Amino acid sequence: MIKVEDLSFCYSQKGQQHWVLKDISFAVKTKESCAIIGPSGCGKSSLLFLLAGLLQPVQGKVQIAEKSRCGTILQNFGLFPWKTVYENVALGLVLQKVNKREAKPQVEQIIEEMGLSAFAQYYPGQLSGGMQQRVALARALVIRPDILLMDEPLSSLDALTRERLQNLILNVWQEKEVIPVVVTHSIEEAVFLGLQIIVLGSAPGRIIERVDNKEAGQVGYRQSSLFFQRCNMLRSALTEECNVC
Amino acid sequence: MFAKRDILLAAILLLCEWEIAALLLHSMALPQPWEVLADFGGKLLTGKIVDDIIISGLRALAGVALGAATAIPLGLLIGNEPLLQRRISPFIYLLYPIPHVVLLPLVIILFGIGNLSKIVMIALIIFFQILVTTRDAAKDIHQNYLYSLQTLGATKWQLYCHVIVPATLPKILTAMRISIGTAVAILFFVESFATTKGLGYIIMDSWGRANYVALYSGITGMALLGFTLYLLLDRMERYLCPWNHIE
Ligand SMILES: Nc1ncnc2c1ncn2[C@@H]1O[C@H](COP(=O)(O)OP(=O)(O)OP(=O)(O)O)[C@@H](O)[C@H]1O
Ligand SMILES: [Mg+2]
Repeated sequence: MIKVEDLSFCYSQKGQQHWVLKDISFAVKTKESCAIIGPSGCGKSSLLFLLAGLLQPVQGKVQIAEKSRCGTILQNFGLFPWKTVYENVALGLVLQKVNKREAKPQVEQIIEEMGLSAFAQYYPGQLSGGMQQRVALARALVIRPDILLMDEPLSSLDALTRERLQNLILNVWQEKEVIPVVVTHSIEEAVFLGLQIIVLGSAPGRIIERVDNKEAGQVGYRQSSLFFQRCNMLRSALTEECNVC
Repeated sequence: MFAKRDILLAAILLLCEWEIAALLLHSMALPQPWEVLADFGGKLLTGKIVDDIIISGLRALAGVALGAATAIPLGLLIGNEPLLQRRISPFIYLLYPIPHVVLLPLVIILFGIGNLSKIVMIALIIFFQILVTTRDAAKDIHQNYLYSLQTLGATKWQLYCHVIVPATLPKILTAMRISIGTAVAILFFVESFATTKGLGYIIMDSWGRANYVALYSGITGMALLGFTLYLLLDRMERYLCPWNHIE
C-alpha cells in the first residue's frame, strides 16, 4: 500500500525555492496499479524519487506499508555500464549480502523470465534499448518487491517493442502481486497499465484529474472501444492543461 | 585500436626521419640512429644499461604508485562529499598551479638525497594531476547511478565499490597514463643529482663528457621506459575496464 498525503516539494537553488509539486494526495492499494501522466517537466520524476525515498518531502508525507520493498527503474542512467547483465540483475541481492550460491538460481530465473538468458554475460552497451529495459525490470524484480516504481520505462522504444514490454509489465503485476506505479507521458500506456490514472498539471505539478480505469489489465482491453474513450478523455484533460500554459 | 603493424611502421618512419635529419644536419649533437641503436643494443647485451633502466623504472613506478595511492582515495572523497569539497578544493585551487619541481630543495631536506626524495618528488607532482582528474570525474557521476544503487539499499561503502570507483576508473587510468610522461620527465630531473645510477644520470654524465652517442643511448632508454610503462597502463585499463572495449 502506498499513501501520499498533501505532498509538496521544492528544489532550492541559490537560496530560491522552486516549487515542483504542490498538494499531491493519492493512495494505491495492494493488487492495484497506478499510472502517473503529465506534460514534460511537471515533476513526474521528482514524484517518483519521493516515493522511492530518494528525496524527502518538504510538506506532507509519503507512507508505504511497513516492510514492503520497492523495486525502482529510473528514467535514465539506471543500469551500470560497467556491470554485465548478470551482475546488474544480481546487484540487489549482492547488496543484501545474499550468498552467491543462493542468489544464482534466483538471478538466473528472473533473467530467463525476461528472455535474456543468452545475454547474461553482455554489457548493457551491447544490448538494444528494449533489452536494456528488460534488464532494468529484472534488476528491480530480483529483490521480490511489493512495489515497482517505474519512471518512463519504455519511452525510448519502438511501438512494437513497447507494446510487448507493456504486456510484460502487465504480467508482472498480475502474477507477482506487485503494485506497479508507472510514470509515463504516453496516454495509451497510462490507460493500458493504470487501474488508477493520475494526471498532473505543470508549474507547480498538481493533480488535475484522476481517472478510475477499472478495466485495465483485462483481456482485450487495448482493442476495446472503452480503451479509446478513456484515451480521449485523458487527451482532452491534458490538452486543456497545456493550453493554459 | 590501431594494429601492432601500424606502430611498427610509425617507428620505422620515425627512424628514417631521424636518419635524414642527422644526415642533413651533420652535427655531433645528432648522431645517426644506427650508431645509437648499435651502442644501446651493445649496452643492453653486455648488461651495462640494464640496471639503469630497471632502477629508473622502479623509481618512476614507485613515484606513480605513491602519488596515485594517495590521490585517488582523496579525489574520490572530495568529489563525493560536499563538505570536503568545500573545505579542500580551495587548497587544491591554490596549490595545483604552482610548479612543484621548485619544491625539490624542501623535499631533499625532508627526505634526504637518496631514492626516497626522488620518489617523493615524482609522487608529489603526479599527486596533483591525478587528484584533480579523480575529483572532477567523481563530481561528474550522474546522480541517477547513485540513486539506482540507493534504491537497492546500498551502504556508503557499497556506493563506492559498485558505482563511484568503476564510474571514475577509466578517467583515473587515463590520468595515470598521462602522468607517466610527467614521471619520466621528472626522473631525468631528479636523477641529475646524488646518484650514479639511472637513465637520467647516464644522460647528464654523457652530456658532460660530450659523448653524444651514449647520451642518445640514455634517451633511447628513457623512451623505451616511458613506452613500456605507458603500454603497461594501457593493458591495465583494458583488463580493468572491459566494458569500455566492446565492439
Ligand atoms: N536536481 C534538481 N534541481 C533543481 N531543479 C530540478 C532538479 N531536478 C528537476 N528539477 C526541476 O523540477 C521540475 C520537474 O522535473 P522532473 O524531472 O521531475 O520533471 P518530469 O515530469 O519528470 O519531466 P520529464 O517528462 O521531462 O521527465 C523541472 O522544472 C526541473 O527543471
Ligand atoms: Mg522525468
